[in-house]
Amino acid sequence: MDRFLTIVKKEFRHIYRDPRTMALILLLPALLLLLLGFGVSGESKEIPLAVVDYSRTEESRAYIDYYTNGEDFAYVYSASSEEELLDLIHRDKVKVGMLIPEDFGRMIATNESTQVQLYINGSADPSDIETIQLKLAAISQMASQNILVKQLEVSGLSGSFSMPIDTNIKMLYNPNRESKMYMIPGLIPIVLQVQLLLLSALAIVKEKEQGTMEQLIVTPIKGWELMLGKIVPYMVVALVNIIGLIWVGSWIFGVQMQGSFLELVGLSMIFSIGSLGIGVLISNLSDSQMQAIYLAVFIVMIPAIILSGLMIPRDGMPPFTYWFSELMPVTYFLEITRGIMLKGVSGFYMWDSIWPMLLLSVVYFAASVFTFKKKI
Amino acid sequence: MDEPIVYIQDLCKKYNAKKEEFALESLNLSINRGTLFGLIGPDGAGKSTTLRILATIISPTSGKASVNGFDVQTEVEKVRGQIGYMPQNFSLYQDLSVIENLNFFAEIQRMPLDQRHERIERMLAFTHLGQFQHRRARNLSGGMKKKLALACALVHNPRVLILDEPSTGVDPVSRRELWEILASVVEDGVTVIVSTPYMDEAERCHKAAILYHGQVIANGSTSDLRLSLPFDILEVKAKPRKAARQLISTLDGIYDWRPVGDAFRITVEKSLTDKVLAELQKELDAQALDTRLLRQTTPSMEDVFVYQAGISRGNHESL
Repeated sequence: MDRFLTIVKKEFRHIYRDPRTMALILLLPALLLLLLGFGVSGESKEIPLAVVDYSRTEESRAYIDYYTNGEDFAYVYSASSEEELLDLIHRDKVKVGMLIPEDFGRMIATNESTQVQLYINGSADPSDIETIQLKLAAISQMASQNILVKQLEVSGLSGSFSMPIDTNIKMLYNPNRESKMYMIPGLIPIVLQVQLLLLSALAIVKEKEQGTMEQLIVTPIKGWELMLGKIVPYMVVALVNIIGLIWVGSWIFGVQMQGSFLELVGLSMIFSIGSLGIGVLISNLSDSQMQAIYLAVFIVMIPAIILSGLMIPRDGMPPFTYWFSELMPVTYFLEITRGIMLKGVSGFYMWDSIWPMLLLSVVYFAASVFTFKKKI
Repeated sequence: MDEPIVYIQDLCKKYNAKKEEFALESLNLSINRGTLFGLIGPDGAGKSTTLRILATIISPTSGKASVNGFDVQTEVEKVRGQIGYMPQNFSLYQDLSVIENLNFFAEIQRMPLDQRHERIERMLAFTHLGQFQHRRARNLSGGMKKKLALACALVHNPRVLILDEPSTGVDPVSRRELWEILASVVEDGVTVIVSTPYMDEAERCHKAAILYHGQVIANGSTSDLRLSLPFDILEVKAKPRKAARQLISTLDGIYDWRPVGDAFRITVEKSLTDKVLAELQKELDAQALDTRLLRQTTPSMEDVFVYQAGISRGNHESL
């Protein structure tokens, strides 16, 4: 036990001995969230729209208004021909094009059926396109209904007529569908993951490269004492980091913590053991700092960003990728952070995320102890 | 005093299993308790390999080695409890101060608190690092770094101190000081095993083994090693140098000669010493050279090494 504390003391000395490094590891994660947070919390509200209105009637202008009155679409171009409209899409000036035929006004006025052609720029992010498509479908549906109701009124049929089902949708947790409410609690685990990995991946291999490991090997120190001694100081760093990250999330981005602050901090410590365990494991397996950085970035860091469910839902992933994502503690910590920060639920509801994270943390720490060899 | 504390039997080490090259080839050695033992040999002879196996840092390919009765392969942690080890390269924490490094190793070695302070004070005193105790290791001179490494290896009072080329890269004054410290460590009853590529440093050891191509080619007290040489050494200094060189190179009955500084060192078979000396005197006079020095001198460890390496090479070639 005392030897473990000796290592802890030494590691703390390494950290605070160099004020610049200490400032970096304490402040940079929160600053990174600041940068990334603004990047992901922007709402793409106004989708640029170009229209070719061959009809040029009161009816056609009223129809266009359905689309442009809301916050979803901005009428940025009035094109004179279909070619010009397609050219605008081609040059990425607009995402959506609308073509209204010449007989549109007359057909509406005479209660006849007519057609409107919509174009969507399909080269964008598929999930964006799906959103645009849904919005367009919803607005055109509503416009058709309204026109129909008006036509019925004119023909004297209204009053005895109403929509059969009135669906009431209540949005829980994030009523204004703000993407920052979803993204900030997702970014916090990712930033913490990057930080913990960078801190620990060099922990052992640095001593190997500097030759100090040779001196440690001949002492009676035990593997677990050295591993735990390396991890504990970084857990303290992680504690400072998680508080900084939550603070930036709530004060700068206004993502208020819905659940228990202490619960999140406590669970982040379990996550830290797992992440630091992975880092030290990598460090044990590497012969040089270069190797350690490569393993850390390619096997853990990039998969953590892409596969953890931060931006891309994990449900649609093929089995292998899905399993891989389940081996990363960050996948579960991400669910936990969103659960506590956004939904405000307690650990009881997240047990399915907590126990695998706990298990992985124990496994990775144990693996780091068992892979440490007191030989060169 | 005369019982061995380190025992090495048929020790072999191959770094690359696929290659034939041996770093150590059937090395046999025993080192008595309380001696200052030198492992002498050129670079690549296997000195570091031997010491690293004894320090349990690497494992031998085959053979046995033990320290104070504990096997380096099966009783690793017990061996580690017996030894202090100082690697060839500086391997302490550069960003920690002298005192912090000493405290760290004392704590890791579980020195009892009441003894720790006193022991560290003592280490600082005899390495003369007391006034630099708050200086970071990074900012120490080469000699001071070696002394700090020595102090850290000794802080827990080991029975056997293993030093890999402690004097390499150290100025002559610090080098002398280092050897004086080692002598006092031995006086305290510690067995010190030290490797060095410098033949002259072997003179400072009680006993020495000469390593060459992974084998011990000579082993014993340094005086015995010198006596074992079946040759005498003559020293000649005469001007003009070129003529002297010409004269020596054509001289009959000598085994070997080489220039050392502005003199020549001649190896002569013991039975021929008087004859060669007289011949040399005669020739020098005959050619009217300005003879500054002509005498028989004691063989140095370097002479021993050159001779033994020659025999070993002969063996290699005849095999």
